Amino acid sequence: MTGPSTYKPTTNFTRWLDSRLPILRFANDTMTTFPTPRNLNIWYTFGAILTFFLAVQIVTGIVLAMHYVPNSDLAFDSVEDIMRDVNYGWLLRYMHANGASFFFIAVYFHIFRGLYYGSYKAPREILWILGVIIFVLMIATAFLGYVLPWGQMSFWAATVITNLFSSLDQVIPHLGTTIVTWLWGGFGVSNATLNRFFSLHYLLPFVILGVVALHIWALHVPGNNNPLGIEVKEPQDTVPFHPYYTVKDAFYLSLFIIVFAIIVFYAPDVLGNPDNYQQANPLVTPPDIVPDWYLMPFYAMLRSVPQKLVGVLVLFGAIATLLFVPWLDTSRVRSGNFRPLFRPFFFLFLIDCLLLGYCGSQSVDAAWNLGVFSIPLIWVARLGTIYYYAYFWLVLPIVGLVETPLPIPDSIARSVLGPRAAGVAPAE
Amino acid sequence: MADTTAPEPTRRDFIYVATTAVGAVGVALAAWPFIDQMNPTGSVLAMSSIEVDLSPIKPGQQVVVTWRSHPLFVRRRTPKEIAESRAVPVSALIDPLARNANLADDAPATDKNRVESKAEWLILVGVCTHLGCTPTAFEGNFGGWLCHCHGSQYDTAGRVRRGPAPQNLAVPKYAFLSDTRVKVG
Amino acid sequence: MRKTLLVLGLSLAATVTFAQPSTDALPPKHVSFSFEGPFGTYDRGALQRGFQVYKEVCSACHSLNHIAFHNLSEDGGPGFTDEQAKAIAASYRVAAGPNDQGETVDSSGRPLTRPGTIADHFPPPFANEQAARTANGGALPPDLSLVVKARAGGPQYVYSIVTGFHQKPPSWFKVLPNKYYNPYFAGWNISMPPPLADGSVKFSDGTPDNLDQEAHDVVTFLTWASDPRMEERKRLGLGVMAFLIVFSGLLFLSYRRIWRDAH
Repeated sequence: MTGPSTYKPTTNFTRWLDSRLPILRFANDTMTTFPTPRNLNIWYTFGAILTFFLAVQIVTGIVLAMHYVPNSDLAFDSVEDIMRDVNYGWLLRYMHANGASFFFIAVYFHIFRGLYYGSYKAPREILWILGVIIFVLMIATAFLGYVLPWGQMSFWAATVITNLFSSLDQVIPHLGTTIVTWLWGGFGVSNATLNRFFSLHYLLPFVILGVVALHIWALHVPGNNNPLGIEVKEPQDTVPFHPYYTVKDAFYLSLFIIVFAIIVFYAPDVLGNPDNYQQANPLVTPPDIVPDWYLMPFYAMLRSVPQKLVGVLVLFGAIATLLFVPWLDTSRVRSGNFRPLFRPFFFLFLIDCLLLGYCGSQSVDAAWNLGVFSIPLIWVARLGTIYYYAYFWLVLPIVGLVETPLPIPDSIARSVLGPRAAGVAPAE
Repeated sequence: MADTTAPEPTRRDFIYVATTAVGAVGVALAAWPFIDQMNPTGSVLAMSSIEVDLSPIKPGQQVVVTWRSHPLFVRRRTPKEIAESRAVPVSALIDPLARNANLADDAPATDKNRVESKAEWLILVGVCTHLGCTPTAFEGNFGGWLCHCHGSQYDTAGRVRRGPAPQNLAVPKYAFLSDTRVKVG
Repeated sequence: MRKTLLVLGLSLAATVTFAQPSTDALPPKHVSFSFEGPFGTYDRGALQRGFQVYKEVCSACHSLNHIAFHNLSEDGGPGFTDEQAKAIAASYRVAAGPNDQGETVDSSGRPLTRPGTIADHFPPPFANEQAARTANGGALPPDLSLVVKARAGGPQYVYSIVTGFHQKPPSWFKVLPNKYYNPYFAGWNISMPPPLADGSVKFSDGTPDNLDQEAHDVVTFLTWASDPRMEERKRLGLGVMAFLIVFSGLLFLSYRRIWRDAH
C-alpha cells in the first residue's frame, strides 16, 4: 500500500529539513496521505484509541512517579498522599488506574475485531504476532503496576502469580523455587520485590512503545484490512488518512473519553477492588484473591485446573495459542461477514470469554444456585476453557475447510459508493 | 486579467476552525493538572508557618530551627550587641536595605528595622545571601555570623559587613503571639 | 446420541450439590446520603456532627491516620475555619521528638508528647498493633480513614454495621465468647461491641441524637475521611463532561462534513 512518497516541501525551511531529517515527509506519508480503505467501520477505530491511551498512561505514570515511594513501609501512604495532598493527585491516580482498564477494553475490542475480520491472515501475520506481544507486555505491565499501591490485593495477587513459577519444580527439581526466590529477592513478596517491580513497571511501557512502532510499520507495508476482507485494487478504494480518518478517529476517541470521564469523575472505584484500600498484610489473606477485571478470564482458566503446573500451562497456553491463529484458520475468506458457519462459533467464543471473566471474578467455591441444586462455577469455567481451546485448535481449522462462504464483493469503492464509484477521485 | 480575491470563509471552514480551537483550549485545560501537581502540596503548605517557644533561650544565645526547609536563626541579643548594631550608620553598610518581609521593600537597614517590637529578639533566615550556605553564629569580626564557604561576615543585626554576600540576611514575616511565643511565616 | 446425553447428564449431576444455611453478611440496609449521585455534596452539619461522634466515641479505639488537622479547614470538608482547625489540633497531644537532653520519655517512662499543630495527623489511640490488640481482647480495631472505600457496600455497609447490633440471633446460631451478633458482618460474629445508641453523643446544634442520626452523621464524616476530594472531583467532572459533549459535537459535524461525499 505504500507507494512512492508524494510529499513536496514548499518552503526553504522544509526543503532544508527534508534533506537532513525527512521527519515531515515521514509524517506526511504515514499519517496524512496514507491511503486507507474508505469502508473502515467503528471497530477499526480502536488502534488510534489505544495509541492515545498508551500516551495517557505514560504521561500520568511519569507525574505519579514524582510522588510515589516504592518502599513497602511508605508505598501505601504515598499513594494516599497523592490522593489527598498532591494538587490534582486524585485525578492523576484515578486516570492512571482507570486508564489501564480502558486500555484493556480498547485492546479487547481491537483483538476481537482482528479475529472477526481475519486481519491476521496473510500478509499480516507478523502484524498480528507483534500485537500478541504487545498484549503480553500490557498484561505484565498491568500486573506489575497493580502491586505498587501495596494494598491487600496488590500483595496477595503478587504472591499468587509469582508462586505460579514454583510449579516448575515438577519439571526440574528446585528450578521453580530458585526462580521464584530470584523474582522475589527474598523469601516472599517483600520490599525487594516492590522496588524491582516499580523499576520494571516504568520500563515496560517504553518497550510497548517500541513494539507499537513495529506494529504500525508492519501495518503500513500491506496497508489496513477492511470489513469486506478484500484487497485494495484501485485508488477509489481508499481515502487519505488525513482528514478522513484523523477526524473520524478523533470523534470516536472523544466518545470513548466521555465514557472514561464518567468513570474517572463519577465512579472511579467501580472497576477496582475495595480490599486494595487496605494496606498489605503478609499475615492475613483476604477471603477472595482476584485480579482486576481484565485478567479474570485467564484467572478462571488457571483456577479451573486443580493441578498447579497444568493450570499454569493452560493459562500461558491460552495466550500463546493466539500466536498461531494465522495458521490455524484455514479459511480462504478473511471477513466474518461472508462466513456464515464461522459467525455463530465466533459469537459463542465472545460469550465464552465474558463467561470465563465472570467465573474468574467469583470465589473458587461459588456456584449458580438454581432452586434445589447448584452448579459450581468451577465446572462452568472448565467447560469455558475447553471451548476456548477448541475454538482455536478445532473450530478455526475445521470450519475454514468445510464452510461455503457467501459471495464476496469485488470492489471496496463500489460497495461503499455504489454506482458513483467510477467517477469519484480521492479528496485532497 | 481579473482581480483575484481570497474566497469568502465558508461554513465548512468555520466548523474546522471551531473544532480545532476548542480542541486546543481543551489540551491547555487538560495540561494544567499535570503542571500544578508539581506545586507544593497541602501538607507542605501546612508547614509554611511554625511557632517557636522562646522561653528556654537565654540572652546571648541562638537557637536554630527548621522553617520552610531552611535554617531559621532565633537569637536573643544582649544589650551590648544591640548597642553595637545601633552605632553603625546605614551609609557604612554594604546593603542599605532592611530586607524585612514585615516592612516595605525600600525600608533602610537600621537596627530598628531588623527586629519587631522586641529589640532583643533577632529572627533571621539562616541562608547566606551569597550562594546559600548556613553561616556560623558568634564568629567573624562583627559579632554576628561568619559564613565559612566564602568568608562573608554579618553583624549583630544580621547585616552583611564583608562580602562576597551582596545582601543582609533576610528577616521573615513573623509576629509575637505572647512574650514567649512567636509565629514565623 | 442418547448415550451421549446420558453421559453428559450424569457428569453434570455429579457436580451439583445441595444448598446449606449460610452466615454470609446480609445485604446492607437501604439508606441514602447527601453525597450520593453525580451532584452530591457533603452536608457540612453532618460532617461536623460526625466528627464529634468520631472524636467522642470511635477515636477511643480507632485511628484516623490519613487525616491531618489542616484537612478540617480545607474546601469540601467539615468547613472549620483555620483558627478552629488550629484549636482542634492543639487540643490533641501528639508524639514529640527527643527533647534537648535527648530523652524520648518523661520521668514516669511515658513517651514525650506535645500539642498538635495543623501539620500533624490525628494521633492513634494506641502506640502500635500489639497495644491495640491487648486493649481489645486480641482484636485489632481497623484504621477508619479509608474504611468506607475499603468495604464492599461502602457507606451503606458501614451504616449497617454500626446500626446492626441489638438483634436476636436465630436459634441455630452460636455467638462466640467476646464477640457480638451483627448479621451485616460476614460470619455474624463481630469483635466490636455496639459503639452507638440513642443519646451516645449530645449534638451542640440541637439535632436529635438518636442512633440513626449518629450513625448517619459518622458515616458521612467517614466517607469524607475516605474521599476528601469528592466535591472537587464532581465539580470538575461537570465541567469536563460539558466540554467533552461540545467537543464531540463539533468533531461529529467535522466528520460528517469531511465524509459527506465519500460514502
